[in-house]
Amino acid sequence: MSFLPYAVAVWICLVGLYGVVTSRHLVHTIICLSVVQSSTYVLLLAVGYRKDSVAPVFIDIPRDTPAVDPVVQALTLTDVVVGGAVTALLLAIAVQIEKHLDTLDPDELDPLRD
Amino acid sequence: MSAVQAAALLLVALGAWATVMAREPVRQAVVVSLYGLALGILFFAFQAPDVALSNIVIGAVAMPTMILLAIAKTRD
Amino acid sequence: METAPARRPGELSFEARRRLFLVGAVGLAALLLSGLSGLPDYRDVTPLYGQVINGVAVEERSTTAVVTAVNFDYRGFDTLGEEFILFAAALVLVLLLRRLGEERRGRLDRLPRHRHTTSAAVRLTCVALVGPTVLLAIYITMHGHLTPGGGFQGGVIAATALLLVYLGSDYATMRRLRPMALVETAKAAGAGSFVLIGVAGLIVAGSFLENFLPLGTPGELVSAGTIPLLSLAVGIEVAGAFVLLLSEFLDQLLVIRRKRGGGA
Repeated sequence: MSFLPYAVAVWICLVGLYGVVTSRHLVHTIICLSVVQSSTYVLLLAVGYRKDSVAPVFIDIPRDTPAVDPVVQALTLTDVVVGGAVTALLLAIAVQIEKHLDTLDPDELDPLRD
Repeated sequence: MSAVQAAALLLVALGAWATVMAREPVRQAVVVSLYGLALGILFFAFQAPDVALSNIVIGAVAMPTMILLAIAKTRD
Repeated sequence: METAPARRPGELSFEARRRLFLVGAVGLAALLLSGLSGLPDYRDVTPLYGQVINGVAVEERSTTAVVTAVNFDYRGFDTLGEEFILFAAALVLVLLLRRLGEERRGRLDRLPRHRHTTSAAVRLTCVALVGPTVLLAIYITMHGHLTPGGGFQGGVIAATALLLVYLGSDYATMRRLRPMALVETAKAAGAGSFVLIGVAGLIVAGSFLENFLPLGTPGELVSAGTIPLLSLAVGIEVAGAFVLLLSEFLDQLLVIRRKRGGGA
């Protein structure tokens, strides 16, 4: 149990990479890449968690209540937003590839074709 | 609390696998939305409401929408 | 779909590539797991830096939501860079999805305006949800320094309100509710005012992004100095960016057409 979050983070990363390697459709590749990225969220938040602690919001609780780490949460928060923007950018590239080459299968994309 | 976290972690592990294994892009867009929701539940269990909120909004709503629109464009 | 394309000389087959990856994945898994096994139980320790901030943030910054305090004050400079990643990504996306030479703009009035494919109940629900969604977006953005939330989440929620308009009515209505010039100006103004607030801190208080407004009482809506202002700036920028992203994809789908008789 104490190791479960780390193991899950490794699992998500590897499963996502497997999807990228075996992908036959560029949109599928992009989604798998976002899965790989989500492994970092799990790892970061697991590092910041502490037993018997509350979320770092002190609006109606005493200020000395033990709370989990706010710094990793802020990191993960920006990670999620940037991840969404990067996925959108990659999807736009995929749309342009389909327009120019009429395929979304990575195996049919020949770097030497003009 | 630990039991909730363990359950959420297993749900996320299953969700990641299901997302990768859904080879048909439209189906995958729906699965990735559920995966975003599962991650949101996990973040709540980790006492991170800020991150949970942004992951549900982006991972479960905005991103699947953009994926569906991109797929629809490449098919017409 | 499953027919394998012709292989070039020296290229691995799909199956061989998969096997090669599995070998590598076992190695990577061993490496990662052995590295992570040195970490203590995830429930026992948290990084010291976070504990220090938890102890001082309410006192120092009048902010009850410490994650927001980290984002917009202690780590404000990082957030500035991060905001510009979002800005640049949206900008490049607009460039990528522009109308190309071999494409033409479809006529908007030719779009199927009144041929709805969704049921009336779905459309009514979507339209009814637009108002509460906008309200929620404003609430989440403006209470970022008190409760979980802030500009990033509020901005994306605001953008989904526009998506509800599209789902509940049609594209032409959505376009009228979203003057592109205004969206682009809001996005730029949001990003710019983050920098301006930072520069104002430099001039008034002596360092970039330093707070220069009265802090007020923790827990009150008007408190925490520049943090709510920065949160609002980010909220406007994020809302603009995500509206832009969604609009560009919708434009591609519904408006931009290949020229008749054009190749490929």
